[in-house]
Amino acid sequence: MAIATPPTPAAAERMERLEQIWESRPGILGWLTTTDHKRIGLLYFWTTLALFGAGGAEALLIRTQLAQPNQHVVSPQTFDELFSMHGITMIFFFIIPMTTGAFGNYLLPLLLGARDMAFPRMNALSYWIFLASAIFIYTSLFIGKAPNAGWFNYVPLASKQFNPGHNIDFYCLGIIFNSIASTLTAGQFIVTIFKSRAPGMSLNRMPLFCFAMLAASFGLLFALPALSADTTFLFLDRNVGTHFFDASHGGSALLWQHLFWIFGHPEVYILIVPAFGIATSIIPAFTQRRLVAFPLVAVAELLVVFVGFGVWAHHMYAVGMTTISMIFFAAATAMVVIPSTIQVFAWCMSFITGFARFKTPLLFIAGFIFMFVTGGLTGIMFVAIPFDQQVTDTYFIVAHFHYIIFGAAVFPIFGGMYYWFPKVTGKLYFERPGQISFWIIFVGTNLLFFPMHIVGLLGMTRRVSTYPSGLGWTAYNLAETIGGFVTLAGILLLLGNLFVSYFRGPPAGPDPWHGPTLEWTTSSPPPEYDFAVIPRVTSAYANWDPVDREADRLNLADGLLMLEHGHEQPTVTPVDGRLAEIAQMPHESPWPPVLALALALVFTMLLIGLYGVAGIMGLVCLLALAGWHSQEPPE
Amino acid sequence: MNAPREDRRCLAFLVLAVVPLAGCGGSQNALAPESHQARDIATLFWWMMGGAWVGLGLVVGLLLWSWKRRNRRGFGRDVEGDKPGEKRSWYAVVVLGIVMPIAVISTLFVVSDLFVIKTTQAPASTTTKLTVQVIGHQWWWEVRYPGTTAVTANELHIPARTPVRVEVKTADVIHSFWVPELNRKIDTIPGRSNVVELDADQVGRYRGQCAEFCGLQHAHMAMYVFVDEPSAFRRWLAQQEKPVEAPSSALAERGARLFLDGPCSSCHAIRGTDADGYVGPDLTHVASRATLGALTVSNTPDDLRQWILHSQQAKPGNQMPDFNASGARLDALVAFLEGLK
Repeated sequence: MAIATPPTPAAAERMERLEQIWESRPGILGWLTTTDHKRIGLLYFWTTLALFGAGGAEALLIRTQLAQPNQHVVSPQTFDELFSMHGITMIFFFIIPMTTGAFGNYLLPLLLGARDMAFPRMNALSYWIFLASAIFIYTSLFIGKAPNAGWFNYVPLASKQFNPGHNIDFYCLGIIFNSIASTLTAGQFIVTIFKSRAPGMSLNRMPLFCFAMLAASFGLLFALPALSADTTFLFLDRNVGTHFFDASHGGSALLWQHLFWIFGHPEVYILIVPAFGIATSIIPAFTQRRLVAFPLVAVAELLVVFVGFGVWAHHMYAVGMTTISMIFFAAATAMVVIPSTIQVFAWCMSFITGFARFKTPLLFIAGFIFMFVTGGLTGIMFVAIPFDQQVTDTYFIVAHFHYIIFGAAVFPIFGGMYYWFPKVTGKLYFERPGQISFWIIFVGTNLLFFPMHIVGLLGMTRRVSTYPSGLGWTAYNLAETIGGFVTLAGILLLLGNLFVSYFRGPPAGPDPWHGPTLEWTTSSPPPEYDFAVIPRVTSAYANWDPVDREADRLNLADGLLMLEHGHEQPTVTPVDGRLAEIAQMPHESPWPPVLALALALVFTMLLIGLYGVAGIMGLVCLLALAGWHSQEPPE
Repeated sequence: MNAPREDRRCLAFLVLAVVPLAGCGGSQNALAPESHQARDIATLFWWMMGGAWVGLGLVVGLLLWSWKRRNRRGFGRDVEGDKPGEKRSWYAVVVLGIVMPIAVISTLFVVSDLFVIKTTQAPASTTTKLTVQVIGHQWWWEVRYPGTTAVTANELHIPARTPVRVEVKTADVIHSFWVPELNRKIDTIPGRSNVVELDADQVGRYRGQCAEFCGLQHAHMAMYVFVDEPSAFRRWLAQQEKPVEAPSSALAERGARLFLDGPCSSCHAIRGTDADGYVGPDLTHVASRATLGALTVSNTPDDLRQWILHSQQAKPGNQMPDFNASGARLDALVAFLEGLK
C-alpha cells in the first residue's frame, strides 16, 4: 500500500494542504513558470524526443545516401551538414539532456526522497536555455547554414578562410549556449545530491542511479569549460581576428583538438554513466536482488569519469605525437577499462543470482550489456596504438562508438522509458509489443552497426558522402541501411506502444514492479509534493525496508515529518545525511524563461555581428536576474 | 606471396562474423597487408578479435545462463534475505572484473605499445633510402621527390622492398595520408611535417584515401601507390624529371597555345613552359597518370574531355571551373594534354 493513501481524515486534510501549497498554476502559464522537477523533466523529455527524431531523420538520410555507391540522394554540401547535425544533435541535444535533463530531473528527487531539486528556478532556467539553444542551432539547418565540419569541427577546416559562411558561427554559439544549460543542470544536480536527500540517507545508502548522476554532473562541470574555451577561441578567430588556431600566425591547429578532446572524451562517459544509472535501477527491480558488489559499482561509476579525463589524446594518435606521449595515453585508456568491467560483471552476476524476470525493461538492459561489451571490446583494441592509427577515422571507429552510444546509452534510455512509464503516467504498458519492440531494435541496431566494423577494416573512411563500387563495401552498406530502417520500425513500435498504453493501459498502482527505491513508495503519477511524509531511509533499497515504510505510514497518520505549513523541504549534511535545516523553496517564477529569451537574443546578436546590441541584451539579462532575485523566499 | 594465409583469415573472419566478407584482397583492405608494418597491425587485430569474441562469449554465456534460470529464486549457499549468493558473486566480480582485465590489458599494452609500435612509428631519417613529400590539398595529393624536379599528383611511385620515408604536409586544412595495405595513417597538420614509412613487399598498385574529413569533396580524395621494381622506378623517376617535350602535332601545338594563353596556366604548372600555377596539380606528365581528380575518373581522352568540360559535375565544389570550349578548341587541348606522357 502506498504512502500516498491517507490513513485517517486528519491525514487527508494535511495532504490537501500540501496539495494547495505545491500546486502548479493551471494551463500553459503553469508550464511556462513551473519549477516542479517533474514538469521540467517532462518538458525535457518531449523536447529531447523531438530532437531525437530530427537526429534520427538525419541518420536515415545519411544511410539512404550511402546505401549504394555513387548515389546522389543528397548533395555533398547537404551530406556534410547532415552528419555534422546528426552528431551534434545526438550528443548535445538528445542523450545528455535526455539522461540528465529528463530522467535526472524527473527521478533524482524521487529517488532521494526530496520534494524538488535544490534550486528549482535554476532548473527551469536550464530547460529554457536548452530549448532556446536547440531552436538556435536548428534554425541554421532551416536557413541552409548548418554546421558542416563535423561534430568535432576541426580547424582549419572550420576557420573563416575555409568556411566563410555562418555555419561554424552557429556551431560555436550554439554549443556555448547549450553548455550553459548543461552546466546549470550539473551544478544543481551536485547540490541536490549532496544536500536534498531524505534525512538518514547517508552517501552509502544512496541509490546507484544518484551516484551515476553525480559522476556525470562532475564530469560535465569540469569538461565543459574546455569546450567553451575552445569554441570561444574559434569564434574570436573567425570574427575578431585572433590567431589561436592559425599556424601561419603562431597559433596551433592541434590546440583545437586537445581542448576539444579534453572535453570530448569525458563526454563519452558523461553520455553513458547516467545510462549505467538507469541500468542499475532496473536490474535490482527485475532480479529482485540488491545489486552485487554495490560499493565497487558505486566507486566504479565515479572512477570511470575521473579516469576518463586522462585519456583524451587517444583520439589523436594519427596527428604525429611523440611515441612516449601516446604510450602515456594508451596506459590511461587501458586503466579506464577496469571500472567498466567491474560494472559489467556485477550486472551479470546480479542477473544470475537473482530472480530474473525478463520483462521489457530488463530485456533492454540485457541488450545494453551485449552492446556495451561489444563496443567496449573494440574500445580495448584502441589501447594498441598501431591498430588505432590504422582504423581511426574509418567506419570501424564509427561502429565502435555507435555500439557505445546507441547500445550503451540509448538502450537504457528505452529500458528506462518502459520501466518508469507506470510511475510517470499511472498506466501499465503492454508487455508483448514491448518485448517485440526490443527484439526489432536489437536486431536492427546490430544489422546497422556490426557491418561497419568490417567495412571499416576494408578501408572505408568515415564522413565520405559517397564511395566507389569495386572495393567490396556495397553489400555491407546496404545491410547497414536496411538495419537503420529496421531500427526505426522498432522505435516507432516502442513509441506507439507507450502512446496507446497512455490511453488504454491498465492502471499501474504505485509499485507495479516491487521496485527497490523511493519513487515506488509514492503514488503514480507522483503528487506535486512527491512525498506526503519525508521518508525514512536506512538502506539503498528503501522500498524493500518494510519497517521504514510502516514508520512512514505511522508518521502520516500522526502528521509527523509532513512539513505541511510551508513550501519547504529538509536539507541534510552532505555525507552522513543528517538533518541540517528546513529550507524554504521558491515558488513558480516567470523569470527563468525571460532570462533564457534575453540570453537567446544575446546569442542571436553575436551571430549577426551586432556586438553592441548583444551588449545591451546582456544588460537585459542582468535586469531579468534582478527581477528573479526580488522574489527570494524568506530565510 | 601469402595469399593462402589471407584466404584462411578471410575464412576465419567469415565464420566468426557470420557475414560474408566480400572484397578480401581488395585494394584498400587493412586486412590484406603487403608490408611488414601492415602485417604486424593485421596480426595484432586478429589476436585482439579472437580475444574479443572470447570476452563477448563469456558475457553472453552469463546472460544466457541467467535467462535459463529466469523466474527462479536466486541460489547460493548464503541465501539471506534478498542477497543470494553474495560472497561468490563478489569473488566473480573481482576476478572477472578486475584481475582478468588487468592481465589481458597489460599483455595487450606491452605487446602493442612497446613492441609492435616500433615497426609503425615514424622512421629515423637514416634508416630509409628515399624520401617522398606528399602535400595534401583540397582535394588532391601533390607528390614531390626531393632532390629531383619530379612533381606528380594523386599517385605515388615507390620502389619495392625499399624503406621509403614519406613526409606529409598540407597546403590548406588537415588531411590524413592512409594506404592501409602498406601502413597506418598519418595526419597532415598545418605548419608541421609528419613522417610515415612505406616499405612494400611486392610490386603492385595500392589504393589510399584521405582519412580526415577535409570538406566538400573529402570522398573524392584518393590516390594510388604504385610499387615498382627498383629499376622500373628509377626509369619512371627519370621520365618524370624531364620537362615537357615540344608538341608532336599541329593540333597539339594549338592546344599548347590555348593552354598557355588561356585560364589553364594560371592554376596548373607545366615544367618547361611559362605555366606555373600552383592551385591545381602539376600537369607536366599528366598523360602518364592513371586517373584524374584524385581517382574521381579514369584518365582516358574521353574522360579528360568530360573533365575539362564538366569537372563540377563529377566533383562538385572542386577548384577547377567548368571550361566552356567549343569542339575544335577542346580537341586541341585534349591532344596537347594527351601528349604529356
